Amino acid sequence: MESNTITQIAYLISAILFVSGIKQLSSPATARSGNARASLAMLLAIVVTLLDHEILDWTTVLAAVVAGAAIGGVLARYIQMTAMPQLVAVFNGFGGGASAAVAAAEFLRAGGSGPSLELGVGVTIVLGTLIGAVTFSGSLIAFGKLQGVVTGSPVTFPLQKTLNALLFLGVLVIGASLAHVGVANGVAPVFGMGALEISGPFFAALVAGALVLGVLLVIPIGGADMPVVVSLLNSYSGIAAATTGFVLNNYILIIAGSLVGAAGLILTQLMCKAMNRSLGNVAFGAFGTEGQTARVKTGQRPVRDVDAEQAAMVLAYAGSVAVVPGYGLAVAQAQHELKKVCDLLEDRGVTVRFGVHPVAGRMPGHMNVLLAEADVSYDKLLDLDDINAEFDSTDVVLIVGANDVVNPAARDPDSVIAGMPILDVDKARTVIVMKRSLSPGFAGIDNDLFYMDNTLMFFGDAKDQMSELVKEVREA
Amino acid sequence: MGELLILLYIFVLATLAGKEVISKVPPTLHTPLMSGANAISGIAIIGALVVTGAADQPWVKVLGTAGIVMATINVVGGFMVTDRMLQMFRKR
Repeated sequence: MESNTITQIAYLISAILFVSGIKQLSSPATARSGNARASLAMLLAIVVTLLDHEILDWTTVLAAVVAGAAIGGVLARYIQMTAMPQLVAVFNGFGGGASAAVAAAEFLRAGGSGPSLELGVGVTIVLGTLIGAVTFSGSLIAFGKLQGVVTGSPVTFPLQKTLNALLFLGVLVIGASLAHVGVANGVAPVFGMGALEISGPFFAALVAGALVLGVLLVIPIGGADMPVVVSLLNSYSGIAAATTGFVLNNYILIIAGSLVGAAGLILTQLMCKAMNRSLGNVAFGAFGTEGQTARVKTGQRPVRDVDAEQAAMVLAYAGSVAVVPGYGLAVAQAQHELKKVCDLLEDRGVTVRFGVHPVAGRMPGHMNVLLAEADVSYDKLLDLDDINAEFDSTDVVLIVGANDVVNPAARDPDSVIAGMPILDVDKARTVIVMKRSLSPGFAGIDNDLFYMDNTLMFFGDAKDQMSELVKEVREA
Repeated sequence: MGELLILLYIFVLATLAGKEVISKVPPTLHTPLMSGANAISGIAIIGALVVTGAADQPWVKVLGTAGIVMATINVVGGFMVTDRMLQMFRKR
């Protein structure tokens, strides 16, 4: 067989392994082997590519692989689970950056050999560079926001949308004229480009414009909307890789890239649905600002507050407890203490389950990972629909650091969060809310749940109060 | 345009296949799904290897090498951290 045929068959096997690997992610029991299968698919594709293509300089190629593997390995090994969204954002950025670099290298190579590009190749080079560069700079800003290096509040300025639209248009015009290089044979290109000396500056402008665009697209988005942004950038990084597959005429790049593109899009949709917002509203709404909290006055109505001892009594003598964790739990790093409380309750014969809202963390499914890290069994983690069917028959709900996702105002058509999917905790017999104060969440509205007759407010820092609770439940 | 059409076919069909398998991933595993998918987007390493391997101009080589480094960070880091997360998902 020709070496090319062998390569194509190996790529096919690799594609099958990628798809079946992702399929295994549909259950926690098989997910780990699914990930191993996908990494095997990647290894196969890499080895076959190295064997099939002529490598002029092995030293450089291998050194680059070793350097990348070392950096990636160290990051993966030592990152805190709470910092997972930042890490994914950075990795996304590198994926996009790699695609942009490949497309740019192809442009240089083609430009050096004269205007011989086909129109299709020209278009894909431009698209690969554009999407890759936007993913790169956008992801780095998302990283900065999640890490707290860049402000989490939306950064807005006058005429921002107009500027973004103009920049996008400008980048498209430059891109279109560059792509036109391809028809230079016979037809006069828009800017008379062809040779690298002439088209080079335009290409540089394309890269610069795309990088700036990535920054401008992410800075107006608030910290609470990051799950959507990270999902969307994930999708972009896949599409960028698929686009370079078009440039290089490489099937496995297209297949793997489009799988990722689809994954990112699905997660983006799910996140938007969980927040009851459209993608357009997330991208341009400048929502999710802590600054909005000043809008409402809270604490004007009486609440029933309890101390650790009273809360422990209520929990210890319940038949069933549902825990609703929010991002506040992760911020306070109280998940391990929470696990201790739950263990003590289970030792007493109390049924304990967790109701996790899709946007409970800073990326889709983030809270589940944090609870898994605290050694909570995954079959106790219930998603929105499953736990909502159970609240009617639940004795006590313990809410830790969550607010908007348990606000019954979502059922009021006049509320700003109307229609947002919530956890129906008010249907339980008793609700204990562990929270610093009565201050509103990201939506900036008061929460009627706090003032209900069957709600007990347990004020304080989640970690301190949880430690108190461990002590009191033990003695109860 | 024949070749480009075939590539387009592959792109569309792979996207549909991806949509099918990924919709079945439960919310509990969405973070590992994302970081795993993220590692897969490091497939750009294939492109970087092809370009760098054949590079006969200095700047092509520089860009290609940068591509290899970034893509490898993405691939190795992505799969490793996904594995680290998934081994914590235990049933007791």
